[in-house]
Amino acid sequence: MTPVFNLRSVAIIVLLAALLLLPAYTGLSGNRFLLTLFTRILILALAAVSLNLILGYGGMMSFGHAAYLGIGGYAVGILAHEGVVSGFVQWPVALAVSALFALVIGALSLRTRGVYFIMITLAFAQMAYYVAAGLSRYGGDDGLTIYKRSQFVAPLDLSNKTQFYYVCLALLFAAIYLVWRLTNSRFGMVIQGSRSNDLRMRAIGFPTFRYRLVCFVIAGTLCGLAGALLANHTEYVSPAMMYWTRSGDLIIMVVLGGMASPFGPLIGAAALLVFEEVLSGITEYWQIILGPLLLLVVLFARGGIDGLLKLASRKVPT
Amino acid sequence: MNEPLLKVERLAKRFGGIIASDDLNLDIAAGELHAVIGPNGAGKTTLIAQLSGQVRPDGGCIRFADNDITALPMYRRNQLGLARSFQITSLFLDLSAIDNVALAAQAHAGHSFHFWGNARLETELRQAARAALDRVGLSARAELPASALSHGEHRQLELAMALAGRPRMLLLDEPMAGLGPEESARMVAMLRAVKGELTILLVEHDMEAVFALADRITVLVYGRGIASGTPAAIRANEDVRQAYLGEAEATHA
Amino acid sequence: MTLFIEQCLNGLQFGLLLFLLAAGLTLVFGIMDLVNLAHGSLYMIGAYFAATFAAWTHSFVLGAILALGATLVVGMAVEVIVMRRLYGRDHLDHVLGTFGLILFFDESVRLIWGAEGLSLPLPSWLNTSVQIFPGFPYSAYRFSIIVVSLAVAALLYVVVMRTRIGMLIRAGASNREMVGALGVNIKLLYTLVFGLGAALAGLAGLMQAPILTVQIGMGESILILAFVVTVIGGIGSIRGAFVAAILVGFIDTLGRSYLPDLMRMLLSKEAAATAAPALSSMLIYLLMAVVLVVKPEGLFSAGGK
Repeated sequence: MTPVFNLRSVAIIVLLAALLLLPAYTGLSGNRFLLTLFTRILILALAAVSLNLILGYGGMMSFGHAAYLGIGGYAVGILAHEGVVSGFVQWPVALAVSALFALVIGALSLRTRGVYFIMITLAFAQMAYYVAAGLSRYGGDDGLTIYKRSQFVAPLDLSNKTQFYYVCLALLFAAIYLVWRLTNSRFGMVIQGSRSNDLRMRAIGFPTFRYRLVCFVIAGTLCGLAGALLANHTEYVSPAMMYWTRSGDLIIMVVLGGMASPFGPLIGAAALLVFEEVLSGITEYWQIILGPLLLLVVLFARGGIDGLLKLASRKVPT
Repeated sequence: MNEPLLKVERLAKRFGGIIASDDLNLDIAAGELHAVIGPNGAGKTTLIAQLSGQVRPDGGCIRFADNDITALPMYRRNQLGLARSFQITSLFLDLSAIDNVALAAQAHAGHSFHFWGNARLETELRQAARAALDRVGLSARAELPASALSHGEHRQLELAMALAGRPRMLLLDEPMAGLGPEESARMVAMLRAVKGELTILLVEHDMEAVFALADRITVLVYGRGIASGTPAAIRANEDVRQAYLGEAEATHA
Repeated sequence: MTLFIEQCLNGLQFGLLLFLLAAGLTLVFGIMDLVNLAHGSLYMIGAYFAATFAAWTHSFVLGAILALGATLVVGMAVEVIVMRRLYGRDHLDHVLGTFGLILFFDESVRLIWGAEGLSLPLPSWLNTSVQIFPGFPYSAYRFSIIVVSLAVAALLYVVVMRTRIGMLIRAGASNREMVGALGVNIKLLYTLVFGLGAALAGLAGLMQAPILTVQIGMGESILILAFVVTVIGGIGSIRGAFVAAILVGFIDTLGRSYLPDLMRMLLSKEAAATAAPALSSMLIYLLMAVVLVVKPEGLFSAGGK
């Protein structure tokens, strides 16, 4: 039995504490950039948490998950453009539209497996991309600027960067907790069993399709929420949010952080974005390093950073 | 006269040029342990695949407990009480042994759209799982990941999972596959213990086990049943001797 | 009417380019069970090499031949260094690993050639038109793409159907383990197959370079289409890739040409202006979605593993 305060849990506690205290630090040091960077990390971590649900726990390799970022983002953007700035309208719409898309796409895609599933989810994401690019009224290829962030009730003001940071942090923690409860529940066991051996699941009496579809919808909805947050953060939405390579970025975060682990996606998002920042300070060609690094992770550290932490935390067997 | 629990009529299945099931008929009464034997390539595993719903037959009809199940999906048949084990071990290798069996129990304990409570703490499921593990003799290994178990233990786990759903009938696909003499004897004893409570269709190569357990035997050759009857009758049957038992006795040294 | 024929020929030409890409992709997936996202990078490299070598040698044809050779070498190097470690692994590993390769290649190209992109001008003897039928001129270069692609397709057919190596390829596509069990030098076979795929991708890249583009990111956008073609045609089937590629080429080209007009007839001007470009781009994906729902293994699947 690993003791409670092993390397891994300490590392996670330190990370969480740092995230909680960050605005205090940036407030004192005046480093506004750091606050912006970490807000972005929190939002993408939320998207990665939603992807981890279907990819890490469910084994559904969706290459179109970034589409929900765009759908949630555009819901906010389009409504804002049309004069509806209330967050109480925008965010539920973002969630509802994301859920609906996930339902349709999932119902069609989940009948396929393996590489076919990858391709069809990718195709649907590209369709969303092209639809957005075709919406000339809402900026088309150039994207859409959002002049006013989602309005809620005072004293909540999302244009206050510190408040917005804590909103994102709270939502991220809520999502991590939700996914944790979900994966340990009966529903979660079905999802994990289905990843492990779908044929056996059906042989023991589970109609796996409907469970996986519900999981897919939950993941899409959560990611739509991340999209709404992202739109508020960047005050801009564009079709590029949904291009298939962005889905690839999300998958990288999930795998790098550690699949099927509650904090993995957060670790992955933080690692990737910090890495990006640090490396691009050294060279503008930093992706030359990221590419092979990803390959090395795939070949040698499949469990991601969280996996490495778990390994390091285990007592040496006597 | 009682209706058979499982009734297979004129089952037909081809894979390109290979005939796996050729106008096959089979009746299995409730409570019976019915063995299906035959040389390699006779279509035994395809038979189980068709009965369980993994493969769709080209023709014919399968009736289970008075329901026509020919077109039903796999999970539906299991819910009706028809469970199977796999010839090549098919478990949830990344979960613990007890989690494996608990899942099998969960499938028959209402729906699983429960999103909040911890499934591993559900007494009903855990007790059912422990009971099944006890029956097959795996209690001591319950908490280990399935991947850490030996091959023999995998076969035991296979059986535990099939039993945990409290089926009416079991389709057993070579449960002795790859077992040594001691493990085989244990498996035979287990099956004998279970025999009274449910109906079993046993596909096996291990002739000792077959003759020790079976109430009736059907011999399959090239997808066709060439003989069906009590073990004594089958032993005495000339056609069977020629087609199969001669070979089997030679190889089963 | 001539416009229609021209568009049909353009559709054929685009389809044939897609075939060259999809053939390599489907071979590699069918035989080595490898999902290679970096296939588009080889397409890009072929184009960049061609532009560079053509500029050095002042000859379009010489540049093309050198580019083809260079892409083949790069492809085989990638197979030996990277792909060999991915065989037999989960598809997710392939996806992630080759995605990493995409990042690597994109940045390497940016490092070597800069972010701007290159151009590959046509030599004067190709920059003209030919009379396909009397009174019907068509771009000589596009016509030569069609001719070359069909020749390569025919060559591929002959190799795959009528040679020993081709027999091994077909056997490998339908039953990988058996080919290994036959004692064939699997490693070499895999390297050759991957190299072949790379050469095809490079050829497609260099051929489209004068008329379309030589820039970073070109691989990513065409890769999706190549995958769509592969999926529609059936993974592992070159015949399927051919049929699907021509089909996709026609639908995409004709769709983009005629859909806007069609929509203007049915909808209001503004709605058509919004919907038409999106719908044209989406047609192919809709086709793939329909095929996958109706026949999930693709139109001509190569059979089980």
